[in-house]
Amino acid sequence: MTKSVHIKEETAERHTLAVIVDNEPGILARIAGLFTARGYNIESLTVSEITADKQVSRITIVTSASPATLEQIVAQLDRLVPVHRVHDLTAEGDHVERELALVKVRGTGDHRIEALRLADVYRARVVDATTSSFVFEVTGSIEKIDKFVELMGEVGLIEVARTGIVAISRGREAA
Amino acid sequence: MAEKSGADILVEALCDLGVEVIFGYPGGAVLPIYDAIFRSKRIRHILVRHEQAATHAAEGYARSTGKPGVVLVTSGPGATNAVTGITDALMDSIPMVVITGQVATHLIGSDAFQEADTVGITRHCTKHNYLVKDPAVLGSIVHEAFHIATSGRPGPVVIDIPKDVQVATARYAKPGPIQHKTYRPPVKADRGEIEQLVDMLAAAERPIFYTGGGVINSGPAASQLLRELAKVTGAPVTSTLMGLGAFPASSPQWLGMLGMHGTYEANLAMNQADLIVAIGARFDDRVTGRLDAFSPNSRKVHIDVDRSSMNKTVRIDLPILADAGHAMEDMLRIWKSRQHPKPDIAEWWRRIDGWRAVKSLDFPENGKEIMPQRAIKALWEATHAKAPIITTEVGQHQMWAAQHFGFESPNKWLTSGGLGTMGYGLPAAIGAQLGNPNALVIDIAGEASIQMNIQELGTATQYRLPVKIFILNNEYMGMVRQWQELTYESRYSESYSDALPDFVKLAEAYGWKGIRIERPDQLDAGIAEMLAYDGPVIVDCRVAKLANCFPMIPSGAAHTDMILQATEVSGIMDDEAKALV
Repeated sequence: MTKSVHIKEETAERHTLAVIVDNEPGILARIAGLFTARGYNIESLTVSEITADKQVSRITIVTSASPATLEQIVAQLDRLVPVHRVHDLTAEGDHVERELALVKVRGTGDHRIEALRLADVYRARVVDATTSSFVFEVTGSIEKIDKFVELMGEVGLIEVARTGIVAISRGREAA
Repeated sequence: MAEKSGADILVEALCDLGVEVIFGYPGGAVLPIYDAIFRSKRIRHILVRHEQAATHAAEGYARSTGKPGVVLVTSGPGATNAVTGITDALMDSIPMVVITGQVATHLIGSDAFQEADTVGITRHCTKHNYLVKDPAVLGSIVHEAFHIATSGRPGPVVIDIPKDVQVATARYAKPGPIQHKTYRPPVKADRGEIEQLVDMLAAAERPIFYTGGGVINSGPAASQLLRELAKVTGAPVTSTLMGLGAFPASSPQWLGMLGMHGTYEANLAMNQADLIVAIGARFDDRVTGRLDAFSPNSRKVHIDVDRSSMNKTVRIDLPILADAGHAMEDMLRIWKSRQHPKPDIAEWWRRIDGWRAVKSLDFPENGKEIMPQRAIKALWEATHAKAPIITTEVGQHQMWAAQHFGFESPNKWLTSGGLGTMGYGLPAAIGAQLGNPNALVIDIAGEASIQMNIQELGTATQYRLPVKIFILNNEYMGMVRQWQELTYESRYSESYSDALPDFVKLAEAYGWKGIRIERPDQLDAGIAEMLAYDGPVIVDCRVAKLANCFPMIPSGAAHTDMILQATEVSGIMDDEAKALV
């Protein structure tokens, strides 16, 4: 009897990459396409211009891959022509990661009070309110936002908008 | 300074870059450029019969001359037809600039006639690409595109130019040396790393050089440096398909090609080596075979200009990021300055000679049929003194040519390695002949592959190019049939070349000479007749129909599990191995 074939999965580590790119048309498609073309996965991707002249963008990518694949991802990104530099923030040391979420919650009476109380604990700000709903703005680590959204689910969550992760290294050096 | 149209700027920039030949095909979205070419009279345009052929011709031109190949095609189908050749150039690191017409900027995204998202389609099969929306930046983009295509690891660059940008005017001045903001290809290696490599080479008991297309891309000087390096170290040399010619096949230190259809001695030496020095090669799956059994006891040094080629499939002990030629130059200088004697590796050579004695490229002959390997050897005998440029299609004939046609110098062997594109050989031969008007250029073909760009016979006729096509006709897609014998109990699913044309009559219909060789006793005379004819020739050489290409490492097998002859073929393969094909 022949052995049946299955696709093997590798053990993956979650890493956060900062990719500094020249802000030219198609750069995001180039990077997102590189990930799909080579079978890498993207958990989160954010992009924004970071210089006054709008010439340079910073792309923060959270990906999960084996250590060997992570090395490939960095090398593949680095050889794209418009890429200035690539930092594996997770590998390079301590860094700060933050995400912002807008969380819409419905509720009246006790639910409304409970939502406000929880928001206070999570330092979420009210950015919109009606007599039967709130929109909270909350920032923090992925875990904190996950937890906040989970709690709001119990008091009347309607929908969530999240920015994805932005990250920067600790200390005085760039990256 | 007067303003010029985008089309005139393009032509002037190409002239400033030293472009002499463009391979192309006109169409609606490039009419202004074609008119500019017509008026300028400074660039020779070669009209192909299909855009894919324009890209392969540009590859053949580039690979044989060291200069970038330039292609000009229209929007939509012009661009999509070029995609195969662009991808081929990316895989084999061939410097190429492809100019595509595009619909006018205000029509982009409207599904206009002959509109295709060319930058989107070619984003992942180019080294870089551009959509030019302003004629004022066109000149600098063209110069930058050539810089990117030809430096570092070479590759194809697409410049997509909307029709209104070709017509609109702007100023153009030849730019100075390019200082790119982000693109800085590595050139020189870290000195400490080269010193470490020299120490490793001096101490190695079983070293081997494993070289690839990167040595050829580095220029003719790199091939000379490789020869010198082999001389001072005494180490054996093997190479990939793309690297053939960088080291002379006549050298006693040459082990032949390695990998799936490489020689027994090359693969066993890789397997048993204690030091592999890879130069401009990328550990392709056709080279390594089963990864966990690949050269298990060696330390591995990898010199490459592309960081992403390092540690991609095989773990490297010492990666050296540099141009192959510069790295070898540094190695030689340090080796000589330290006055290293030639290492004593006589025991290693004794073992290699033992593997050589297996004579893995030998093949059986019955005297009644022409064996394809014999045909290649006869072709080599008759032509090698002329240092011919050989192109190939893809399949068994390609591997037989790689095994049996000995190359002495670089830029003489043009083949589709990474992508394995059938239909490459004839247009590549046309491009090579244009770049080398006095050279003997032969496309070694199979009867199936040659039909994939057979329309280019007309191109050779039009420009009076005396290219020769030598078809090893076995009436099968031979490599497919060989795999079916090995893997699928000889169920020949769709691998028979039925309804073949009469190649002699076909040649004559296009104004070529046609020659048919059917028996072994006609072989030498047929080849002589081909060489004597001052013009293009198709030789339809009927060879043994069921001959297979050996030696062979089946997919998913280790270098030590080579099949040397047909009698060892089992006929079935488990699913794990099938999936690896």
